[in-house]
Amino acid sequence: MKIKQTAGRQHHAGPLTYVLLGLAALVSLFPLYWNLVAASHTGERVVEAPAPLLPGPHLLDNLTFAWNQVDMGEALVNTTVVAGLVAASTVLFSTLAGFAFAKLPFRGRNVLLALVVATMTIPPQLSVIPLYRIITDLGWVDQLQSVVLPSLVAAFGVFFMRQYLLEALPVELVEAARVDGAHSLRVIWHVVFPVARPAMAVLGMLVFVQAWNDFFWPFIALTPDGNPTLQVALAGLGSGNHTINQAIVLTGALISTVPLLLVFALLGKHIVGGITSGAVKS
Amino acid sequence: MATSVRAANDGTSPPDPPAPPSPPPAAARRTGGWRSRLYRWDLKATPYAFVAPFFLCFAAFGLFPLIYTGWLSLHRVELGGEAQWRGFDNYTGLWDSDFFWNALANTFTIGVISTVPQLLMALGLAHLLNYRLRGRGFLRVAVLAPYATSIAAATLVFAQLFNSDYGLINTVLGLVGFDPVDWESSKWPAQIAISVIVIWRWTGYNALIYLAAMQAVPQELYEAASLDGASRWRQFVSVTIPSIRPTILFTVVVSTIGATQLFGEPMLYGGSLGVSGGSGNQFQTLSLLMYEKGWVTGALGQASAIAWVMLLILLLIGGVRLLVARLNRETT
Repeated sequence: MKIKQTAGRQHHAGPLTYVLLGLAALVSLFPLYWNLVAASHTGERVVEAPAPLLPGPHLLDNLTFAWNQVDMGEALVNTTVVAGLVAASTVLFSTLAGFAFAKLPFRGRNVLLALVVATMTIPPQLSVIPLYRIITDLGWVDQLQSVVLPSLVAAFGVFFMRQYLLEALPVELVEAARVDGAHSLRVIWHVVFPVARPAMAVLGMLVFVQAWNDFFWPFIALTPDGNPTLQVALAGLGSGNHTINQAIVLTGALISTVPLLLVFALLGKHIVGGITSGAVKS
Repeated sequence: MATSVRAANDGTSPPDPPAPPSPPPAAARRTGGWRSRLYRWDLKATPYAFVAPFFLCFAAFGLFPLIYTGWLSLHRVELGGEAQWRGFDNYTGLWDSDFFWNALANTFTIGVISTVPQLLMALGLAHLLNYRLRGRGFLRVAVLAPYATSIAAATLVFAQLFNSDYGLINTVLGLVGFDPVDWESSKWPAQIAISVIVIWRWTGYNALIYLAAMQAVPQELYEAASLDGASRWRQFVSVTIPSIRPTILFTVVVSTIGATQLFGEPMLYGGSLGVSGGSGNQFQTLSLLMYEKGWVTGALGQASAIAWVMLLILLLIGGVRLLVARLNRETT
């Protein structure tokens, strides 16, 4: 005989659930913790068995070295500039396009929207060879615009904003503004932006993370010794271009990770919400 | 919402928005005809202006390079050199190349080893996170932390953990009585290690997507199932899984697309041998082979052909996805 049970999501978690979830959290966080540990030892210690498990005294030395000798500072500034520009422009253009797709009737709307979604499956590998030829001709290798320009707007962002505005923005609001004689820019500024602000913030964070961590095209367009982003600088460290010890390599990894982890620690809840709301509807 | 009270319309309602129930003609104040013409033009042109940035950007940085890559794939081109027409030579060359088949096989096996456990574990994790929990905000952010870690940083850390001589993973295996594993130059251990990096970065992300879908499952379904005496496991299998099937399909497609393009993890995991995917190409993926052809060998035509093969594979996956979605709709 079964006793009537309440529905799945209302069950209180048993001890086994906590053990398993604790394990999942441990596996998720341990590599990040160990990154910190490795960055606080000397290069000789890191490659000695058994590997260190507790932080050592050399974090500051390693940070100073990575900052001055490998120029992680420059890479950090470059990455912030690139991710900031890409996020700002993607949010702006995605909101405009998402609004048009959600609330403005126009000829060809459905076909164009399907096209937007279809472009999401085209991998960057299909464009890097011509783009590399172009930036070589323009002398843009190692120039930040060569990684910013191709990322000014993203299909994912357009779709994300369209899904949000479809439900969040009552069409009457737009029409009321229209009847008052507001032109489109006014509608955008006074009606669409205020309603879209929460989704714009989430999209901005998601795109910022993505641009911060982007690897393939920056790795081709920028060089580790020239004007790299963090990921490109890390690739240079990791592929042994420099005769640099593993502690410094992992200090570089730490510098590239900590800013985003701080953002996650502060805004994690909103990002969690953003990821779930964006994906489920599609 | 603060909108202006300025009336510029000539009284005929705005033509485009889907007929608002009797637009108030009150706002009519005769201001010059040019204004109303401007207004109507604004309504017509604005949607196109708003979607234009995306399509311009896509045309310049997506479509044009895609076609150009197709053109290059039919030529013999060296970095900075002139193109010579070659027809389908680059493609038949791939067909005859062991490196290509090796890379295709590696992309496939790493794709399977990284995607299948990742999505299964994500399902389980989402199920656990769906219980009423203490500290669930922390747990959610904790499992998402790997997603915030870049490919480069994660790979460099895991390369140390997997090091055959001093890595922590072999140390732990030794404690449990296993012989040290050669995680770099043996084929399957290396592919598993690379897959572990992918799994680590994406499991939490997928779990949160599943979690959101699970929370949207109507409560009544569970109530009905438990009235029928279904155990929790039974409820998970016959209520939860079918209800979130579209979401599962979505994550399968996204992960498959990601696996097809895999580049950074094997590249950096291999250190100085990364581009060739290890000393014996044991983990060279299609993307790595393309990069090697294009930027190490300088054979842009061949690299372009590999890129187009990848596109064809993704189109095939897209086709299968549509087919599965249609079958799904018919059975439900």
